[in-house]
Amino acid sequence: MSAMTPIGPSFYLTEEDHHPEGSTALGFWMYLMSDCLIFAVLFATYGVLGTAYAGGPTPAELFDLPLVALNTSMLLLSSITYGFAMIAMGEGRQRAVLGWLGITGLFGAAFLGIEMYEFAHLIHEGATPQRSAFLSSFWTLVGTHGLHVFFGLVWLVVLMVQVARRGLIEANQRRVQCLSMFWHFLDVVWIGVFTFVYLLGVLR
Amino acid sequence: MSTPTHSETTSSIFGRLGLESFPLHEPIIVATFGVVALGGVALLGALTYFRLWGYLWREWFTSVDHKKVGIMYMVLGVVMLLRGFADALMMRGQQAVAFGESQGYLNAHHYDQVFTAHGVIMIFFVAMPLITGIMNYLIPLQIGARDVAFPFLNNFSFWMTAAGAVVIMMSLFVGEFARTGWLAFPPLSGIDFSPDVGVDYYIWALQVAGVGTTLSGINLIATIVKMRAPGMTMMKMPVFCWTSLCSNILIVASFPVLTATLALLSLDRYVGTAFFTNTNGGNPMMYVNLIWIWGHPEVYILILPAFGIFSEIVSTFSGKRLFGYTSMVYATAVITILSYLVWLHHFFTMGSGAAVNSFFGITTMVISIPTGAKIFNWLFTMYRGRIRFELPMMWTVAFMLTFVVGGMTGVLLAVPPADFVLHNSLFLVAHFHNVIIGGVLFGLFAGIQYWWPKAFGFRLHEGLGRASFWLWVVGFVTAFAPLYVLGLMGVTRRLRHFDDPSLQIWFVIAAVGAVLIAGGIAAMLAQFGWSIYKREELRDVTGDPWDGRTLEWSTSSPPPAYNFAFTPVAHELDAFYDMKARGHERPLAGYRPIHMPKNTGTGVILAGLSVAFAFAMVWYIWWLAALSLAAIVGGAIWHSFNYDRDYHIPAVEVARVEGERTRALQGAARPRDPDSPREQDRDVLALAGA
Repeated sequence: MSAMTPIGPSFYLTEEDHHPEGSTALGFWMYLMSDCLIFAVLFATYGVLGTAYAGGPTPAELFDLPLVALNTSMLLLSSITYGFAMIAMGEGRQRAVLGWLGITGLFGAAFLGIEMYEFAHLIHEGATPQRSAFLSSFWTLVGTHGLHVFFGLVWLVVLMVQVARRGLIEANQRRVQCLSMFWHFLDVVWIGVFTFVYLLGVLR
Repeated sequence: MSTPTHSETTSSIFGRLGLESFPLHEPIIVATFGVVALGGVALLGALTYFRLWGYLWREWFTSVDHKKVGIMYMVLGVVMLLRGFADALMMRGQQAVAFGESQGYLNAHHYDQVFTAHGVIMIFFVAMPLITGIMNYLIPLQIGARDVAFPFLNNFSFWMTAAGAVVIMMSLFVGEFARTGWLAFPPLSGIDFSPDVGVDYYIWALQVAGVGTTLSGINLIATIVKMRAPGMTMMKMPVFCWTSLCSNILIVASFPVLTATLALLSLDRYVGTAFFTNTNGGNPMMYVNLIWIWGHPEVYILILPAFGIFSEIVSTFSGKRLFGYTSMVYATAVITILSYLVWLHHFFTMGSGAAVNSFFGITTMVISIPTGAKIFNWLFTMYRGRIRFELPMMWTVAFMLTFVVGGMTGVLLAVPPADFVLHNSLFLVAHFHNVIIGGVLFGLFAGIQYWWPKAFGFRLHEGLGRASFWLWVVGFVTAFAPLYVLGLMGVTRRLRHFDDPSLQIWFVIAAVGAVLIAGGIAAMLAQFGWSIYKREELRDVTGDPWDGRTLEWSTSSPPPAYNFAFTPVAHELDAFYDMKARGHERPLAGYRPIHMPKNTGTGVILAGLSVAFAFAMVWYIWWLAALSLAAIVGGAIWHSFNYDRDYHIPAVEVARVEGERTRALQGAARPRDPDSPREQDRDVLALAGA
C-alpha cells in the first residue's frame, strides 16, 4: 500500500507469518516434572514411614532381590528398545518403528507381570497395604509406578495403531517423542525405587 | 480395618446413597435448594426460550479461544463468590447472636460444614478461577500471540475446574460437606472420625479441579516461554506476564503435591491404609507438612498475578513507566523461591524445636523484603506521576493501604513465640483475610474494572463502581478490624457459640461489616448489569480507553478471534506506548489467512464424565465409577484419533473485520449489529465453517 511509509522501526510483521516454535516438548516436559513431584511426595512419605513396621514384616523379610533385579532389567531393556524405535523414526522406517515399539511393549508387559507376581506373593504372606505404614507407603509408591507403566502400555498400543494407520506424520512423530520421554522417565523413577526401597530396604 | 464400609446400608446400585442422604430435615438447606432450583429452572427456561443453547455450545462451551475461556473462568468465579459469601454471611450472623442462652440458628453439624465450605470455595473456586481467567484472557494479548500454546487443553482445564465446582455444589443438596476446616487435617478427616460423605466430596472436588489447575499452569508457562512476539525478550515482557509466569511455575510445582497428599488421604479412607492414622505406624503430622508444602505456595499463586495487575494499573494511571521494572522482576522471582521455604510457619506449635522454628520464622520474615520493595516501586511510580483516580487506580491505592497492614500482621505471626499465643485465633483469621481480600480480591476487582472495556468494548459505570468500592473498603475494615481485637483477646477460630457476653459487641460490628460488603457485591453486580444495559453510551471504539502501554490495547475491543491481524513487533518494555510515541501506523492491506485451532466438545464431555466419576466415588457406587473412568480413558483415546484440529480464517474475512475497525476508528461507522459486540467473532467462525 502506497500510503504506508514506515517511519523508523517496523512495528508489525507484515511480510511473513509469525511461527512460534512448537511448545509440545516443553509442555510435556513440564507435565513430567509435575508427575515427578507426585513421586517425590511418595518417596518422602516412604522415607518418613518406611520404618514404621507396626510389628509387621520388614523389607528384609519380604523382598526377593533376584526377582526385583530381573524385573529391573525388563524395564531397562524396554528403554533401550524404545531408543531403537526413536532411531528408526529418525530414519523414517515405519515398520521398524512399529517393531521396536512392539518389543518395548512386551518388555513393559513382562515388567508388569513380574510385579503382579510379587504383589500376589506379598498378599499371600499377609503383607497387605493395610498392615503397617511401611507397607502402605511401599505399596503406594511401587503401585503408582506400576500404574504409570500400565497407562504407558495403553498409550503405546494406541500410538502403534495411529502410526500404522497414518504413518510417521509430524503429529505422530511428536507423540512418539512424548511417549519416549514418558517411558524413560518411568525408568529413572524405577532406578530410584530399586535403590531406595529395595536395595536399602534389604540392607536395613 | 480391611474394608472401609460402615454401619450404613450400601446397595450395589446406589452405593450408600439413600433417601435419608437428602437433607430434608434442615430447613435452611431446603429453602436454599428451593431458591437455587427456581433460579436454575428460570435460567434454563430462558436459555431455551431465547434459543441460546446452540449459541452457547458453539461459541462458548466448546470454544478454544483463550478470551472466551478466560471469560468463562471469570463467570464461574463470580457465581461461586456468591455461594462462598453466603456462607460468610451465615457465619457472621451466627457469631453475632449465639451468646449465652441463645444457640443462634445454625447447629454445630451445619455450622462446621459452612466454615469448611466457605474456605474451600473461596480459595479453589473463587480466587483460583478469577486469577486463572484473568491470566488466560491477558497473557496471549500482552505477548502479542493469537492463542495459548495448547488451546484444547485450555478449554479442558476450564471444564475440569467447573466440574470440581459442580461436585462441591452437589454436596449442598445431596449428602453433606466436610466438617473439618478447609485443609481437612487427619485424623479428624480420617474414616474413623468422618465416616460420612463430607470429606469424600472435599477430596474429589479438589482432585477434579486440581487436574484443570495443573494443566492450565503448564499451558500458560509454555505460552509465555514460547509464544512471545518477535523482539519481546523476557526483560521486555509486561510485568503482569512475569508475575503470571512465576505464579504458574508455583502451580506446576505445588499442585502435584496437593494431588498426591489427597490421594494418600483417599487411600486411608477407601482402602484402609495407615498413612495418617493414629494406628499401625501412621503419622497425621505428615499430612499437615505435605498439605502446607502445597498450601503456602498457593497463597503466592493467588497474590503474584494480583501484584502484576497493580503494576500495570499504577504505571498506566500515573502516566509513567513502572519504577524499578528489573527489581520488580527479581522481587517476584525471590518470592517464588522463598514461598517454598516457609511452610512450617503454619504449625510452629507442632513442636519441631527452637532451631527449626527459628529457621522458618526467619524465612517468613525475609519474604517481607521483596514484597516491601514492590510497595516502594509502586509508590515511586506514582511519585510525580500524573495520577488519574479512575476506578482501577482507586482499588490499587486501597490495596496498598490494606495490604501493608495485612503484611505487617503476617510478620508478627512469623515470630514463633508470638505465634504460640496467636495460633488458631481470630487474629490469624483477620490476618489472612486482610491479605487475601485486600490483596488478591482488590487486585481482581482492579483488573476487572481495568480490562472490562478491552473484553467487551464498553466501559463500566463510574458511579456504581465508586459505590461498590466504598462499600467494600469500609465494609472490609469494619468486618475484620474487630477480629484482630478478638484474636488478641484470645478468641479462637471456628467457634459457633460464646459464653462471655462482653465479646458480643465486636461480633456485631463484624456482622455489620459483612452487610456492608454484601452491599459492595450488590453494587458491583448492579454496575455490570447497568453497564451492559447502557453499553451504547459507554462504548469505546478506540480499543485504548485508558491510554494503555501494553500490547493488548493495540487491538480492537473486544479483540477479534485472531487477536492481531499482523503479529506486533516489540522494541521496548511498554511496547504499545513505544508504538504510539513513535507514530506507528496500522497496516491496512496485505492480509493473509490466519491459522487457528478448531473448537471441540471433548473438554465438556470429559469434565462431565469426571463429575459422574467423582459422584460415584463419593457414594461408593462402584459400577458407575468404573464405567465413567473407562469412558474418560476411552474419550481421551477417541479424541487422540482426531487429527483435524485447525483451520484458516480466510484473508477476505480478516480484511472485512479489520476494515470495520478502520471505519470505527475513523468514527464514520458504528459496529454492524450494536446488540452483539461479539457478532464479528461469530461471523468469522461461521465463514470458516466451524
